[in-house]
Amino acid sequence: MSTLLEPFAAHYNHWVTIFLMVSGLYIVIAKDNMIKKLVGLSLFQTSVYLLYISPGKILGGTPPILDPRFAVYSNPLPHVLILTAIVVGVATLALGLALVVRINEAFGTIEEDEIFEERGVEE
Amino acid sequence: MEALINMVLLTLMAVVTIGVIRLKGLFGVAILSGIYSFLMASVFIVLDAVDVAMTEASVGAGISTVLFLATLSLTRREETPSLHPPTVALFLALVTALLLIYATFDLPPFGSPDQPIHRHVADRYLAKSVEETGVPNVVTSVLASYRGFDTLGEVIVIFTAGIGVILLLKGRPRKGPRGEDGGASEPIEADAALEGRHGHEPRSMRPKREGGHAA
Repeated sequence: MSTLLEPFAAHYNHWVTIFLMVSGLYIVIAKDNMIKKLVGLSLFQTSVYLLYISPGKILGGTPPILDPRFAVYSNPLPHVLILTAIVVGVATLALGLALVVRINEAFGTIEEDEIFEERGVEE
Repeated sequence: MEALINMVLLTLMAVVTIGVIRLKGLFGVAILSGIYSFLMASVFIVLDAVDVAMTEASVGAGISTVLFLATLSLTRREETPSLHPPTVALFLALVTALLLIYATFDLPPFGSPDQPIHRHVADRYLAKSVEETGVPNVVTSVLASYRGFDTLGEVIVIFTAGIGVILLLKGRPRKGPRGEDGGASEPIEADAALEGRHGHEPRSMRPKREGGHAA
C-alpha cells in the first residue's frame, strides 16, 4: 500500500494546494457574483496556508510542544506565520463582505455584470 | 498512515472545492466553505499544526461562515448564471496550474526531515525557547515573544478592518435600498426587516379600518 502511494505522497500536498489555489483564481475571475468571488478569494488564501504548513511537517514527528519524551518536532515557524495570516484573512473577508452589503444597497444587485450594465460600462 | 489520512482529507477538500465552483445557491456555498474549513483544520492536525487547526476551526469555519450567512441575509441567496462563457478564466487557471505543477517536481518530498526549511531557525527555537521564555509550546513562544511585534501588527490590521466595517455599515438607510426598482426591495437589516413587516401590514390595513369606521 505505502509503496504504491509513495510516488504520489511525495507531492500530493503540493498538487492539492495548487488545485485549490487555481480554483480560487478561477472563481474570482469567472464568477460575477461578489459573494462567490469572496469565497474564491478565501479559497486562494487557505491554499496558501496549506502551502506553508505542508513542508513544516516531518513524518513521525509531533506537534512543537516540548516534552522530554519526544525528540522529533515539526517546524513551528510556518505555524506562527499562518496563525497571523488566518486572522488577517478573516479581517479582510469581513471588510469585503461589508463592501458587498453597501454595493447591494447602492445598485440593488451583487452581480458584477448587472452593475456594469446599469452603469453602461463595456466589459 | 499519517500520509494516507492526509491524502484522504486533501482529496475531500478538492471535492468540496468542486462543489463550491458548481453550486448556484449561495447558502450552500457558505455551508460548503464551512465544511472546507473544518477539513482544512483536520489536515492541520495531521500536519502537526495544532494551534493553526484550532484557529482555523474557530475563525475559518466559525466566524467566516457567520459573516457569509449575515451577508446573505442582507443581500440575496441565489447566483444568477453568467452570460459569457468562462473561457479566459479556465485557460488562465489551467496554464497557472500546469506551470505550478511543473515547479513542484523541484520541491523536496513531503514529510522528509532534510528539507531546507528544517535547517535554519526552527532548531534554535526548539532548543532555546523553554530556557528563554518558559513556555513549552514553541508556537506560543514564537508568536507572543520572539515575533511579538508581528502579532502587534496583526492586531493593528484587525483593528483597522474593524473600523472599516463599522464605518461602512454605520448610517445605512433603514428602509431598503435606494433603488427600489432595482429588484432588491427587501429590507436590509434584521430589525429593519421587522420594522418593515410591522410597518407594511398596518399601513395597508389602517386605511381600510378607518374607512370602515367612517362608514
